[in-house]
Amino acid sequence: MVTEALVLSAILFVIGTFGVLIRRNAIIMFLCIELQLNAVNLSFVAFSRMFGIEGQLFVFFVMTVAAAEAAVGLAIIISIFRHYETVNVDSFNLLKW
Amino acid sequence: MTFFFYLFAGLATGGAIGVVLAKNPVGSLLFMVTTLAAMAGTFVLLEAHFLAAIQIIVYAGAIMVLFLFVIMLLNLGHEYKADLKGGAFSVLSFGLIGGIAGLVAPEISSADVAPGPGAVAIDAAIAEHGAVGAIAEPLYTTYVVPFEITGILLLVAIVGAIVLAKREV
Repeated sequence: MVTEALVLSAILFVIGTFGVLIRRNAIIMFLCIELQLNAVNLSFVAFSRMFGIEGQLFVFFVMTVAAAEAAVGLAIIISIFRHYETVNVDSFNLLKW
Repeated sequence: MTFFFYLFAGLATGGAIGVVLAKNPVGSLLFMVTTLAAMAGTFVLLEAHFLAAIQIIVYAGAIMVLFLFVIMLLNLGHEYKADLKGGAFSVLSFGLIGGIAGLVAPEISSADVAPGPGAVAIDAAIAEHGAVGAIAEPLYTTYVVPFEITGILLLVAIVGAIVLAKREV
């Protein structure tokens, strides 16, 4: 069961990375980052079967950080949308050279 | 047991692919909820019952509804045109992903990942304190400082979100 969970975690992480790389919609990219965080959570839970309860505690902290990150990130997306009227990341080229 | 694990694994993988490929952001979000629920199922199979409940309540409940609010607020639900990056970038992504998968796969298959002393310790803790108490006991003793710092982080995030999303600063 632990091996299968680690494989599933790797698959979900790779799909999340792929989503961040190929999508242009900022909200979907953000959603894919959440997917990556969840894949890592699954790894932590699987490893807690080997090394003890600390893995589950770490998942608890990761979820808290993810909630804080979602709140701040979505606020940033809202303020960017007010400025540019779009969430397509190709439009945000002010710092690009 | 194994059947349910593969059921949840299939649901989670299918949902994740849906998140990446769905054109409508709301559809993407609903696929994400499917993935999160299926992952809560795998948490139950790995004896992490409290985390499975938190996964459903906090992730699928609170965070995904926050995303949905933002999509509705910005009125993006009707955006059906594809926004995938094309051409060379996709090829580059595939190469990168293949590299990551190629590095990770041999590590997983060669690692010794049988349930070890941790499983015994967790089962004993759950039998003694219950599913919530097994996590709460170390959280409020050994790891109480990180727990308090998490509280400060949440406070800062609340203030930051309000300041950023306010119309006139």
